[in-house]
Amino acid sequence: MSARASTLLVGAVLLVAAPLVAPPYFMHLIIQVLLWGFVYTAWSVMGRFGLVSLGHGAFLGIGAYVPALLWNYYAVTPWLGIPLSVVLSILLGLVIGYPCFRLRVVGHYFALVTLALGQVVMLTIVAARDVTGGSLGFTPNNVGYSWYAFQFPEKTHFYVVALVLWLGGLAVWRAIDRGVGREALDAISEDEEAAAAIGIDVMREKLRVTVISAALTALGGAVYGQYMMYINPETLSGIAVSLQIVFAAIVGGMYALLGPTVGALLTLSLNEGLRVGFGTSFIGAANTIYGVLLILCIIFMPRGIVGMMRGATTRRARTKPAPAE
Amino acid sequence: MSALLALDAVSAGYGSFRALFDVSLEVAQGQAVGVIGPNGAGKTTLMRVISGLLPLRGGAMTLDGRAVGGLAAHRMVEQGIAHVPENRRLFPRLTVEDNLRIGAFIPQARKHFAGQLARVYELFPRLKERRDQAAGTLSGGEQQMCAIGRALMSRPKILLMDEPSAGLAPLVVAQVFELVRRIRAEGLTVLIVEQNVQQVLDVVDRAYLLEVGSIRLAGSAAELKGNDFIRKAYMGL
Amino acid sequence: MQGWADGMDIYLLEAVINGILLGGVLALLALGLNLIFGVIDVVWIAYADLVMCGMYVIFWLYADLGWPLPLACLAAIVGVAALGVLVHLLIIAPILGSAPINQLLATGGLLFFLQNFATLLFGTDFRNIGVRLPIIELGDIYVSSARLLAFAMALVGAVALWLFLRRTYIGTAIRAIAQDRDIVGLMGVDQRHVYLVTSAIGGALAGLAACLLALQYDVHPFVGNTFGPLIFMICVLGGLGDMIGGFVAAFIISQIISIGGYYASTELSYVLAFTLFIVLMFVRPRGILVR
Repeated sequence: MSARASTLLVGAVLLVAAPLVAPPYFMHLIIQVLLWGFVYTAWSVMGRFGLVSLGHGAFLGIGAYVPALLWNYYAVTPWLGIPLSVVLSILLGLVIGYPCFRLRVVGHYFALVTLALGQVVMLTIVAARDVTGGSLGFTPNNVGYSWYAFQFPEKTHFYVVALVLWLGGLAVWRAIDRGVGREALDAISEDEEAAAAIGIDVMREKLRVTVISAALTALGGAVYGQYMMYINPETLSGIAVSLQIVFAAIVGGMYALLGPTVGALLTLSLNEGLRVGFGTSFIGAANTIYGVLLILCIIFMPRGIVGMMRGATTRRARTKPAPAE
Repeated sequence: MSALLALDAVSAGYGSFRALFDVSLEVAQGQAVGVIGPNGAGKTTLMRVISGLLPLRGGAMTLDGRAVGGLAAHRMVEQGIAHVPENRRLFPRLTVEDNLRIGAFIPQARKHFAGQLARVYELFPRLKERRDQAAGTLSGGEQQMCAIGRALMSRPKILLMDEPSAGLAPLVVAQVFELVRRIRAEGLTVLIVEQNVQQVLDVVDRAYLLEVGSIRLAGSAAELKGNDFIRKAYMGL
Repeated sequence: MQGWADGMDIYLLEAVINGILLGGVLALLALGLNLIFGVIDVVWIAYADLVMCGMYVIFWLYADLGWPLPLACLAAIVGVAALGVLVHLLIIAPILGSAPINQLLATGGLLFFLQNFATLLFGTDFRNIGVRLPIIELGDIYVSSARLLAFAMALVGAVALWLFLRRTYIGTAIRAIAQDRDIVGLMGVDQRHVYLVTSAIGGALAGLAACLLALQYDVHPFVGNTFGPLIFMICVLGGLGDMIGGFVAAFIISQIISIGGYYASTELSYVLAFTLFIVLMFVRPRGILVR
C-alpha cells in the first residue's frame, strides 16, 4: 500500500474513532479545527487566485446572525434560515464583486474595499443593537436537543456536521483546482489583460470563485453560530477575525489542499497550548507569537508551510525586463 | 592625453541574458566620444553599467585612475559621473527648478547650488523662463534641456548622454546637438550613445561601433564617417 | 455669535465644528499613510497600531513614571518614528521585491503582533492619562479645548511636513522618488536612505497623532481598530498616495461621521461612511480627487 493510501487510511480511522474515545474537550477542539479549516479553505478559493479579501468576516457575520435572528424572533428553523443567509452572502458577494471586477479594482484597492465591507457588516450589527444585542452578542434560544432547531447538546452530532462541511470544502477546493477554471484564474491573476485578450471571461471566472467563497464562508459562520450558541459581531466580523482567516490560510499554505486546515490546526493549537500552559496570565501571548510567525512566514515562506514542504517553487518569479535596447 | 574614463573588458547582463561582452573603451579628459550601433546592441546597457544602475559582471572600470566598477549609482554620482537617461526621465510633477535642485543632491554639489544653477540657466535661458512650471508640461526639446541641466547640477567630471535625440523632431534634434557642442565648449567631457549616426559623428572626437554587445569598430569621428561599412549600414549611403 | 447662529441648530453647528476638529487628526494620519505608500508603495495595515503604541508610551511615561506631559509627548513622537524605521528595516525591506499583497499582509502580521504584545504588557483595560482640559464656550457652542488643541497641532504638523517636502533636499528627493523610483540614484540619492527617512516621518506623524488622541481618548490595545479602517478608507477615497486628496477626504469623512452621529447614532454614521466609500470606489476607483 502506498504511503499516501496508508496515511489516508490512518486519517480515516482516527476521524471515525475520535467521537468514540475522545473526551468532550478534545472533541470541541477538533470541531473547531474542522469548522475553521473549512472557513479558511473557503477563503483560499479566492485568495489563491490573487483575490485577497480582508473582509470575509462579513460573510461569517451574515451566516451566523440571519438564522439566529430568524429563529429567535420568528421561530424560523435554521434549515431555512441558513440557506437564506447563504443566499444573502452570495448576493453581497455579487453586489461587491461585480463592480469591483468590472472596474478593475484589484490588489491593494480590492483588499481595502473588502476591509470596508467587513466593517460595514460589523458596524451594522452593532448599530442595530436593539435587534441584535450589539457588541454584547446574541444568544439563540436554546431548546435542547432538536433537529428542527439544529441544536445538539452532544458533541458528536456537530462533529459529524463539521466533518461533512470540512470534507465538502476540500471537495470544492479540489474541484476548482482540477477544473478548467483553475487555469483561467491562474492566467487572470498573472496578467488580466492578456487573459482577456485570449478570450477568458475574466468577470465570470472571478465572480464564480467569489460566490463560492462567500457561500461556503457563510455556511461556516452559520454552523459555528449554531454550535457555539452565542454569536458576537467582533468575533465573527471584526478585523481580527478577517485577518486571522487570511493569515491562517497563508501560513498553512493556500496553494495546497490541506494548507488552510494546517493553518487552522496551527492557530488553534497555539491558542490552546498557551491558554493551558499559562492560563490567563499571558492573554495575548498566543496571538503575539502568531503575529511574529506570520511576518516570518511572509518573508521566508510565501507559499506557506505546506507549500514549503512540497518543495514548490514560486511561480511568480519577478525578473526585471531588460530595457528595450 | 590621459583617460578620464576607461572600461576594460567589461561584461554585463540581465538575469541569464548577457548583453555586453568584453567591452573596452576610453574617454579622455575634455573629449567627446560617441557610441553608435543598432537597437538592441547594448548601448543603454553600457550607459547603465557606467552610471552604476547595473552591476558589472566582469572586467574593470576606472574614473580618473580610481577603480569604480561595481559602485552603486548614487556613489557614482559622487565620483563624478552624471547620466542623462534615455527618454529624459524628468520628475513630471516637480517644477523645472525642483528637478534641477534634485540634480544637486550630493553634498559637494549642494555647496555650489546657487552658482551652478546660474550657470545652467545661462546655458539654457528657456529653462529659467519656465523654472516654476511642472516638468511634465515642457516640450520635448525643453525636457531634454532640463534633463541635461539636471545632470550638470552635480558638477560632473563626465556627462553620459543616452540617446539624446530619441523621440524628438528633427529640428529639435539639431538644437540638442547644438547644446552638446556648447557644453563641450565649456570643457566638459562627454560620452554620447546615439542612433542618429550622422549628427553624433559631427559632434564627437572619437566613436565606437557597438553591435550585439561587442565593439566592432573604433576610431576618430572622421575615420568612422569615411568608413564604408558604416556609411552603408548606418548612414544609408 | 448669537446673530448668525440664529436659525441654525446650535447642536448641528457644534457637530460641524467637532467634525472639522476631528478631521485634523485623521488628516494627519492620512498624510503619513499616503507618504509611505506614495514613496515605498506599501500600505502599513498596522499604522493605527503604531499610534496605539505612541499612546501607551505617553501613558506609561506621564501617568506611570510622572514625566512632564510635553516631554512624554516628545518621547512618543521620537519613539514611534524609531518604530517606523524598525518596521521598514525588519519587515518591509526584506520583501520589497515580492508581490504587493505580501507586503500588505506582513504589516497585517505586525498589527496582530502589536495589538497582542500590548495586551501582554498592559492588559486589556482602558487607560486614560487623566488630563482634563477645559471646555471653551463660544456663544452657545461648547468646544473641547483638547479637540481645539489637537486640531491646531495637527495643522502645525501638516504645515511642517509640507515645508519639509518643499524646501529641503531630502524632502524633494522624497517627492521625486514617488514619481520615478528607478532613476533617483542617478542624482546621487540613496533609495534605501530615503525609504528610512520616509518611514521615520510616517512614524513621527503617527506619534504626533498619538499625543493628540491621548488627550481626548482612552488607550487600550485595540484602539487602533476603531480608526484604522477609517484612515485606509480616507486614503483610498482621496487616491492612495495623493497627500492632498487624503487631506481633503479626511475632512469630508469626519463631517459625515460627525453630522451623521448627530442625526442618527455614531455606529450608523460609520456604516454610512463605509458604505459611501464602497459606492465611491465603484464610481471613481482611483479616488474622488483624481486629476
